Amino acid sequence: MKKLFSLLLLALTALIFVACNSDTASDSDGGDASGDDGGDGNKTVEIFSWWTGAGEEDGLLALIDLFKEKHPDVEVDNAAISGGAGTNAKAVLATRMQGDDPPSTFQVHGGEELNAGWVAADKMQPLNDFFEEQEWMDKFPQDLIDMVSKDGNIYSVPVNIHRGNVMFYNMSVFEEHNIEIPKTFDEFFAVADKLQEAGVTPLALGDKEAWTATQIFENILLGVLGPDDYTALFNGEIPFTDEKVVEAAEIFKKTLGYVNEDHASRNWQDASQLVGDGEAAMINMGDWAKGYFSNDLNLETNKDFGYFPNPETNGEFVIITDTFGLPKGIENVEETKQFLSVLGSVEGQDVFNPLKGSIPARLDADPSKYDQYGKDTMEDFSEATLVPTLAHGSAAPEGFLTKVNQAVNIFVTQLDVDTFIDTLNNAASEL
Amino acid sequence: MEQQVDMNKKVATKPHKKKKRITKDHLLAVSFLLPSFILILIFVYGFIGWTGWVSLSNWNTLVPDFSFAGLKNYIYLFGDYRFQADLRNTVFFTILFIGAVIVMGLLLSALIDSKIKGETFFRNVFLFPMALSFVVTGVVWQWLLNPSTGFNQFLEVFGIQPKWYTDTNILAGFEWGSIEFGLPVAIVAVVIAAVWQMTGFSLAMYLAGLRGIPEELREAARIDGASEFQIYRKVILPMLTPITVSVVIIMAHISLKIFDLIYAMTGSGANFVTDVPGVYMFETTFRGNYYANGSAIAIIMLLLVAVFIVPYLITNRRGDS
Repeated sequence: MKKLFSLLLLALTALIFVACNSDTASDSDGGDASGDDGGDGNKTVEIFSWWTGAGEEDGLLALIDLFKEKHPDVEVDNAAISGGAGTNAKAVLATRMQGDDPPSTFQVHGGEELNAGWVAADKMQPLNDFFEEQEWMDKFPQDLIDMVSKDGNIYSVPVNIHRGNVMFYNMSVFEEHNIEIPKTFDEFFAVADKLQEAGVTPLALGDKEAWTATQIFENILLGVLGPDDYTALFNGEIPFTDEKVVEAAEIFKKTLGYVNEDHASRNWQDASQLVGDGEAAMINMGDWAKGYFSNDLNLETNKDFGYFPNPETNGEFVIITDTFGLPKGIENVEETKQFLSVLGSVEGQDVFNPLKGSIPARLDADPSKYDQYGKDTMEDFSEATLVPTLAHGSAAPEGFLTKVNQAVNIFVTQLDVDTFIDTLNNAASEL
Repeated sequence: MEQQVDMNKKVATKPHKKKKRITKDHLLAVSFLLPSFILILIFVYGFIGWTGWVSLSNWNTLVPDFSFAGLKNYIYLFGDYRFQADLRNTVFFTILFIGAVIVMGLLLSALIDSKIKGETFFRNVFLFPMALSFVVTGVVWQWLLNPSTGFNQFLEVFGIQPKWYTDTNILAGFEWGSIEFGLPVAIVAVVIAAVWQMTGFSLAMYLAGLRGIPEELREAARIDGASEFQIYRKVILPMLTPITVSVVIIMAHISLKIFDLIYAMTGSGANFVTDVPGVYMFETTFRGNYYANGSAIAIIMLLLVAVFIVPYLITNRRGDS
């Protein structure tokens, strides 16, 4: 009997031990056996991202290969988490950061997602000396460095750039109806009327997830306000009740009159397909849609589909940038810095970006490695005024973005400008 | 050996067999139950308590903030357009879903019970959707009921073009709080998918119930001159009541917590016509970092389910003793 008791006691202790331990172990979740960097080999760099899609995963793996080539003695742990356009990964990341078990480095959008999130939470190490040491200060555009800085400290290394204010269009539809590329809102609506009369949906929209509609609104905002006021709006210097914001909401409302009827049942890929098939003429989408057009729909750039900046945003560039930083409390600072150095090098960016379908964040990358769209965008990138995106969490904190997405989702159906402006203004108290 | 184990000598010496004795069997049973009991205590009830605590805090950013906020998050939610729409959708989804599952299940089980040929075949056909996960069902029905593909191209021939889950109309709506209260047409599409999946379950339950009703009862009723309809109404249905209660309880907890089907099939829907608390909780917590708000939604969902489950458990306990 005593034996049984002691066995029981042993089992209990073991259980409690496991339970307590799992508190820390389960944080490092994500299915990776070697999730903790503290444990075995001290020379492991754990790279946390949500790059698991077709092109982006290839890019990441190529980047890791390049790093291994240069630093064969360092192990790389690719802790990518798929699903929900990064939502799942961000949830896991939040748990790990709160449990003081950060990955060596992690993917984060430049702007407020970084600054209002992890920097404000005092979880990141400044990288100013590192940037100086790598002689990067003049290799990235100043606007971009500002976007990953807070109070004069730089907190992450940008690896790629996507553009948000791009209108993709079906070239044969434009040719057939004899349409010129619209540069202003008036021209845009004239074109839209013409297309609608001809029985073509002027603008494709797939807002099953609300950010696609938010993206249209942010580009209209940029067009109406201009880059300075656009930035001021999110800094709280201009209220959302400003008449220009109301004007933008009115234009947004008018634009929504030209979209496909079943927009709520489509995601952005399904909507892009409408343009590919010629059922719709245009779509406003970040330039990851280019990869979808050419890789998934087998369409040819500048032959089947073309692109132009959103109306009245020529000379402006809405930036979506993925960056990697250096969290506090990690063990392999040196190795992580080695990885960041590869990530920020011309070689690293030119290995990653052609596969991912984005352009490099550096200004001195080699354009010959990119296709025609990439070359055009790189040229715009070096000349245009750069502004942060709202729809992807750079211009404002995630909490505000969630509320904007909700307001947009209601607005798309109700088309009530007053309520919309009211809701935005209330939500802006969080900025 | 056993004598040693006895904790209480009085108990041991008493001859009455009814008095409880701690035997080896008892200990063994406890030792097997204890681990799972402790695990459930910590990881289920412990974390429910933790969620409740977070829902009363100010933790609405990435950085945990456990300062006490009172009912602030709950007050915010009940004034929130999206949450009001969620409650409306949940009410209509639950009513339609449970009603349809019961009616369909009863009807089909009565048909299958009428000794038709190929009974096993039909039973399996109707049971099979249950083997799928809600996510799969969601994706399939998303395409079937998509206004521009699937089933609708067939309906178009007859000149009907329902918009299914993209319909933003609210039937018989009236102002309520900040939303329009009424039946969101779009939710019907989701109900169809959910009923398609879960009817098999109620069918199996009712079939088992029907098989449990002795043939003599029907015979007796027939001899008394009752029509088939009367037999069902007066004899069979009353005898199936316990099964109906079980079906309602099980379906209610599924429909109040529904997430995966909606997330895969429609998302929140335009103007939140197909949004439910589960989807809202996921998005506000993990996208917006509103942890306290998300916890408050979770607690409200728990209470909603408790409204159904607790009375059931209480009556069950009474029935046992």
